[in-house]
Amino acid sequence: MSQFLYLIPGWILLAGVYGIVTSRNLVHAVVCLSVAQSATYVLLLTIGYQRKATAPVFSDIKPTRNVVDPLVQAMTLTDIVVGATVTALLLALTVQVAKRRGTVDPDDLRSLEP
Amino acid sequence: MILQIAVGLPFAVATLLAATGRRLPRIAIDAIATATVATLSVLLGLVLAGGDRTVWLGGWGEGVGISLVADAVATGLALTVTAVALCALVVSWRYFNEVQAIFHTLVLLFTGAMCAFVLTGDLFDAFVFFELMSVVAYALTGYQSEEPDTVHGALNFGVVNSLGAYLTLTGIALVYARTGQLGFVSIGRHLHGHDALVTVSFALICTGFLVKAAAVPFHFWLADAHAVAPTPVCMLFSGVMVELGVYAVARTYLTSFADAIPAEPVRVSLIAFGSAAALLGGVMCVLQRHIKRLLAYSTISHVGLLLVGVGLLHEDALAGAAWYLIGHAGVKAGLFVGAGALLNRFETVDEHDLHGRGRSMYVAGLIFLLGGLGLAGLPPSGTWAGKALIEEAGGHSILALGVTASALTAGAVLRVWLRVFRGAGPPHPGTTQHHDAETEFKLSRLPWTMLAPGVLLVLAGLLLGLLPGVVIGRAVEPFTHLPGPAPAPWTATSIASGVVAVLLAFGVAALGIRGRIPRVDLLHRLHSGHIGDYVAWLVAGVTVFGLLLLA
Repeated sequence: MSQFLYLIPGWILLAGVYGIVTSRNLVHAVVCLSVAQSATYVLLLTIGYQRKATAPVFSDIKPTRNVVDPLVQAMTLTDIVVGATVTALLLALTVQVAKRRGTVDPDDLRSLEP
Repeated sequence: MILQIAVGLPFAVATLLAATGRRLPRIAIDAIATATVATLSVLLGLVLAGGDRTVWLGGWGEGVGISLVADAVATGLALTVTAVALCALVVSWRYFNEVQAIFHTLVLLFTGAMCAFVLTGDLFDAFVFFELMSVVAYALTGYQSEEPDTVHGALNFGVVNSLGAYLTLTGIALVYARTGQLGFVSIGRHLHGHDALVTVSFALICTGFLVKAAAVPFHFWLADAHAVAPTPVCMLFSGVMVELGVYAVARTYLTSFADAIPAEPVRVSLIAFGSAAALLGGVMCVLQRHIKRLLAYSTISHVGLLLVGVGLLHEDALAGAAWYLIGHAGVKAGLFVGAGALLNRFETVDEHDLHGRGRSMYVAGLIFLLGGLGLAGLPPSGTWAGKALIEEAGGHSILALGVTASALTAGAVLRVWLRVFRGAGPPHPGTTQHHDAETEFKLSRLPWTMLAPGVLLVLAGLLLGLLPGVVIGRAVEPFTHLPGPAPAPWTATSIASGVVAVLLAFGVAALGIRGRIPRVDLLHRLHSGHIGDYVAWLVAGVTVFGLLLLA
């Protein structure tokens, strides 16, 4: 059963990639990139998960209590920060594309190959 | 302590510049940024002189701690990064008419992230610095955000590289699930035996790095980004950033996965991706008339050769790859300085438009001539010495590949030199396609700060082969874990292959100036600038890579 959990991030990743490949709108493509990235959050949390364990915050629980792996949670947090930066920057670039080219459809942007 | 300071310094100064830059005069900003990078290179030089060392941050020690690993290869690479960054900053003094402190902030962050990326001993930290370096690179590419091509190129660059980086993170998560470790060395200690999960995680980790290294079919973003980025930024992109991808692949395999994944499939797949890049990059390079795009494709070709050098997994070939990397960094960054001078002077980098117009630009012409010879691998250039070692380790087919790739890319550069600076060949009407001038007004005379760094870089690349092989051999030994005799590039075969490549390059150039630059519609259509196509190619590439490794 638990191995099947790993299929979920795989599915999310592929959904995101499919979205980018078939995208007709750059905003949609950037959001699909975020979807693909959220697969990594799910994967990291799945890896750290333990049955009957709680969050790794020791302020109000007994130190002997089982907790899930805090390292992957720290990694997920870092990952979210990275993702926010990337999405913000790419959306800003999309705004500029829309202003300068007058379209956000990748099919209408002409090739950069002269 | 020097190592920690060296990693922290550029970030600290970048933050200060971002906060105070608005109130400082331009000259102060230039001085602070340049002085920081100069200090950084001195610090890294001290680290290199002090020998190999591992520093555990915060004194946590092995097991829990995060390390910085300064072996000769990593420190040498970081030093190359700072040297190119220093030249790029000097060029940017007069290159931009108007530039805000944010540009210097970004360049410092970029340099710092690249140094930290090569020096970190932790796989997750490597991902974080990889992403930092990438995000800053997207911002630098799109720096002139009023140009439509610029933002389009930056967006393509951003989406493809970020997706690659997320695949890398997926691979890191899988390998952490298996070993519970994140350090390069400690993963290596915990991985034994061959199974599908480890292979898949290796393939995913390498994908992000191969996207950065522009291996075919992950290379589409590179030309789009390089053609539109400001020239000082192109020097950093082509000279060092792309090559760091190859370094990361080598480091990941040799330090972490060498015991878990058999060498043969890794060898086959890396050589396949590298050769494809070397050949496709070479052909596309010859087909270009936009000079910056031409140089971008030549980077794809040369980094492909570099990947082949790593993929041979042979101690001499790895020493050769290290040599080649530094030599290529000098020559390519220098050539971009030359292209920047043309762009500044004539507001175009279209080869047909520029026919004969560079006759009076002696220094820029010299950069193109020497750069072309450097790309061809004229002894005793660093590219020649590195390529000789790779070819010797790889046998006849790699020899043919190396000579072909260098003849094509160098031929294209020499063709530019003949047509633009010597006025050779019949003139052709240009496209009159307007290219923006990155500097808004034409300088009446190009100042020395815009050309001297280029000459220095190209000359350094051309003379690097004189370095004794034992220096490179000793530097690479702890990295490869493969002891061997000192590599010796000075053999009759290697000198002959260098000379043959130079002659063939002149042949390619001579053929090129006789007519118009041909178009191969299929290849031009393939590089469509469509983000969906690029991502589809990326997925296809990962699948092939995975299948090659699992087979």
